[in-house]
Amino acid sequence: MQPFEYASPKTLKEALALLGTGWGDAAVLAGGTDLLSLMKDNVMAPKRVVNVKEIPELKGITKTGAGVRIGAAVTVDELANNALIRASFPALLEAAQGISSMQMRNMGTVGGDLCQRPRCWYFRAGFGLLPTHEGKNLVAEGDSRYHAILGAGPAHFVSASSFGPALIALGAKVKIASAKGTREVEAAKFFVAPQNNETREVALQPNEILTEIVVPVSAAKNATYEIRQKDALDWPLATASVSLTMKGTAVGSARIVLGHVGPTPFDADGAAKWLAGKSITVETAEAAGKAAVESAKPLKDNAYKVQMAAVAVKRALLAAAGVKA
Amino acid sequence: MPEYRWPDMSKRKVMGQRFSRLDGVEKSSGRAKYNSDLNKPGMLHAVLVTSPHAHAKVRSIDTSAAEKHPGVAAVRVIAPAGTEIQWAGWEVAMVAANTELAARDAAAKVKVEYEALEHFVREADLKKVKTRAKPAGEQVEGDPEMAAKQADVISEGYYGIPVLTHCCLETHGNVTQWTPDNKVEFNPSTQSVTSIRGDLARLLSVPAANIHVHQDHVGGGFGSKFQPDRWGLESSQISKQAGGRPVKMFLDRASELILGGIRPSGFANIKMGAKKDGTITLWESESWATGGIGGGGSPPIPYVFTKIPNRRQSHSAVSTNTAPSRAWRAPNHQQACYLTCAPLEDLAAKLKMDPVQLLIKNAGLTARPDTYVRQLKKAAELSEWSKLWHPRGDAGKGSIRRGLGVGAGTWGGAGHDSTARVTIHPDGTVEVELGSQDLGTGTRTIIAQVAAESLGLRVQDVRVKLGDTNYPPSGTSGGSTTVGGVSSSTRKASLNALEKLYGEVAEALGAPADQLTVSEGKVLVKDNPAKSLPWKAACQKLGVKTISETGSNVPAQAAREGLNTGGVGGVQIADVSVDIETGVVKMNRLVAVQDMGLVINPKTAESQIFGACIMSICGALMEERITDEITGRVLNADMEFYKLAGIKDIGEIVVHLDITEENDKRGVIGLGEPPAVPGIAAISNAVANAIGLRVPTVPMTPMHVLNALAGRKS
Repeated sequence: MQPFEYASPKTLKEALALLGTGWGDAAVLAGGTDLLSLMKDNVMAPKRVVNVKEIPELKGITKTGAGVRIGAAVTVDELANNALIRASFPALLEAAQGISSMQMRNMGTVGGDLCQRPRCWYFRAGFGLLPTHEGKNLVAEGDSRYHAILGAGPAHFVSASSFGPALIALGAKVKIASAKGTREVEAAKFFVAPQNNETREVALQPNEILTEIVVPVSAAKNATYEIRQKDALDWPLATASVSLTMKGTAVGSARIVLGHVGPTPFDADGAAKWLAGKSITVETAEAAGKAAVESAKPLKDNAYKVQMAAVAVKRALLAAAGVKA
Repeated sequence: MPEYRWPDMSKRKVMGQRFSRLDGVEKSSGRAKYNSDLNKPGMLHAVLVTSPHAHAKVRSIDTSAAEKHPGVAAVRVIAPAGTEIQWAGWEVAMVAANTELAARDAAAKVKVEYEALEHFVREADLKKVKTRAKPAGEQVEGDPEMAAKQADVISEGYYGIPVLTHCCLETHGNVTQWTPDNKVEFNPSTQSVTSIRGDLARLLSVPAANIHVHQDHVGGGFGSKFQPDRWGLESSQISKQAGGRPVKMFLDRASELILGGIRPSGFANIKMGAKKDGTITLWESESWATGGIGGGGSPPIPYVFTKIPNRRQSHSAVSTNTAPSRAWRAPNHQQACYLTCAPLEDLAAKLKMDPVQLLIKNAGLTARPDTYVRQLKKAAELSEWSKLWHPRGDAGKGSIRRGLGVGAGTWGGAGHDSTARVTIHPDGTVEVELGSQDLGTGTRTIIAQVAAESLGLRVQDVRVKLGDTNYPPSGTSGGSTTVGGVSSSTRKASLNALEKLYGEVAEALGAPADQLTVSEGKVLVKDNPAKSLPWKAACQKLGVKTISETGSNVPAQAAREGLNTGGVGGVQIADVSVDIETGVVKMNRLVAVQDMGLVINPKTAESQIFGACIMSICGALMEERITDEITGRVLNADMEFYKLAGIKDIGEIVVHLDITEENDKRGVIGLGEPPAVPGIAAISNAVANAIGLRVPTVPMTPMHVLNALAGRKS
């Protein structure tokens, strides 16, 4: 591990001043559940590590005019036990409960979940985000069982974020601060499919910190359905988060967002539009699920994930609408 | 000579009781110290430099930058220029430094130039195996052609069980110190305290008498921790080079999964034939397996049902550029069990027959028909088979399909060479010393029970000391041989010591020594129990002397003495629910019926079986070493994608110890391995029963299940 400088600032302003202009200059440390292993494996080697857990501005879950504000350093456990979240956002609660390790829930943060690096085994072995070896595309020609079925490429890892799909479905915005000021980005635009090995998977610059997430409160019914092999700590193979604004018994408008199927959460816009005006039944939910994966292009080993993603959509829709399968 | 035979089942007071493990609190509280916890003053930390190539020649190796790294004490080249590397992860060099961090950073500075050569790492597809397979020749028994023609039903299929790793929680390694007086203090993580001394003596050319080995606990071995290994040799050399500083060398997690041991795979195309009534008449198999570069892995098939009259078998050992296999908890048996019990269940489905009935009908093809019939019936009862089993695929219409499946296994497990020393002190203290080891199975506890039973004492009156070469030699803990060996040697040593004590107190009790006995903390006269001395008072008669007697288990004599033997059967029935939309398999229940001769401690015995069942669940549903065809590396040498079950993934485990008077009379039989055999087959059969078709390869991950359901090749 490369020696690094450690800083634990007490204010956001101090923290921002400690960041650099390149990705190698500094890394933000929250729960450390991802960064430490990346550093130990020499996948990341920042010169400075900036702990943000001591910064009050990054903490707390509060109700504001715009909705519910979640500090980026709020832990998964705090989120899962928060009354505001439990009252309005089952989609977030279910995503939090899917992180089925007490240690991870205690240490991991919401901001960290959004910013974590891909779990792609080629990336973790140091082959980069678009891994190649002797001219061969490692994902396409190697073992792609856990990789993307959706997205335009060239990146084929899957976004590992548990909260991303739910936040996008709920229309959340994330706030980003730099020394120059703050900016707000729709959750959907926070995730970016990198086009080369030098760019990142999220819309952050090296000198920026994700400070908070604001989730609008509405009457929308929402849910997340994760498909994991294990009940113990395990990455989902596919997830779907949905949000349904009802008009009487029919869907007025919907958001359907898939997770763990592409380099960013996948907004299944077409399927969502198709649902408008229909009521949620097993049949419509199943049809929406199929529509959601219409553009899927599985790799050599992961055709199985296409059906899985469709099923996740179906089950999330039924859960949100309270319809029994 | 004392009568060593075990007391009758009905007369045992301490043996047969459910004692918790004596080191349970120490372990669960974290106070137990493993050798990987050991830190000595002035200790160096050593790490490996390993090859990223699965097949390559070392062109050059330059250690100069690593040697200059601050804190580095020594760099040893293990694979000099010219070495042909045969797997990714091969040990190329070892670096030792004052801290582990410095050692790792310096290791990154060792510059190795390789000439990459072609590699082969995946053996599941026989067509791709080509020249890497070494056929062992065909074996024919009876007339398979005729049997195929005459069979009413033929069932054919492809089956596969992958390489998996031992994945020990405490990784392989040691703390070692080779001082200038040519003495070596060795603290390994090992399954063989006694024999590792001799192995190390040969490797280092140091007299065995100069080597002292000590280990209190071992964090998992499963057959992979018998030798000092390359790292034991090199780290000892580094200690010598560094003037006798202690060196700590434990594998990191990735190396543990790559180098620490693997179970060979097993693949086969299998054809079975039977008469309409279920009488099995035909077995044909073309099988192949890999256990690394040297081939390896030859499952004994057909398994348990060995006496199928007409058989044709051929097996090929496949050489892959992967690290070599090591013994894995019942070597070759899980593979053989899967490759037999899965085709058997497929045959039952084709016959439209209840598979338990098929096995009962063909029990005559096994070595122990009565045992298997009894166990099959018991397992069926405990799993509610008659209520819950249904013909294959007939599991209803919803997305969740429930199914049951059965598997049967066997194992040896006779006791190994073992000598125990029992010391009785004048204050009444009793020590039992053996150069053995407790793999976490309860060896300490059962030794205390045997000694207490033999001396008429309580478990808490006995101190058991294991894990040191200053104690009498005891065998390797492999092959489920420990319990038979150490219980027999402890029994004999205890009775030998007691005989000496009788001699010392005979006069005081006014009876000849051979008329004395012990019971409930007293030494007493057999015919006149009123004449007695409390244990402590009896021992005080020793004055300043102690009694120290040994006793040995000699395998060749063991059967005659009736203390231990080998040969057991076990049956397991799995009950699963499969979500056919997601491919996720959930365990409802796993029932294990197991015989093991005389049971010293039902609680630790059950605990062994729980562990074996959990291991089977992992193997059936999750565990698989995944290699990358392009880079030749292991992709999941971590505990993230090398998946193991958590507590929520296990379901209910029901254990039935097949304790009968008849089994008890056979003496003690090892239990480490037998219950780890049938589970994988049982779970695979349960999945087939649930979803109506065979998922041909384990682990039955959602990918494999959905691929099978969709008719896609995995």
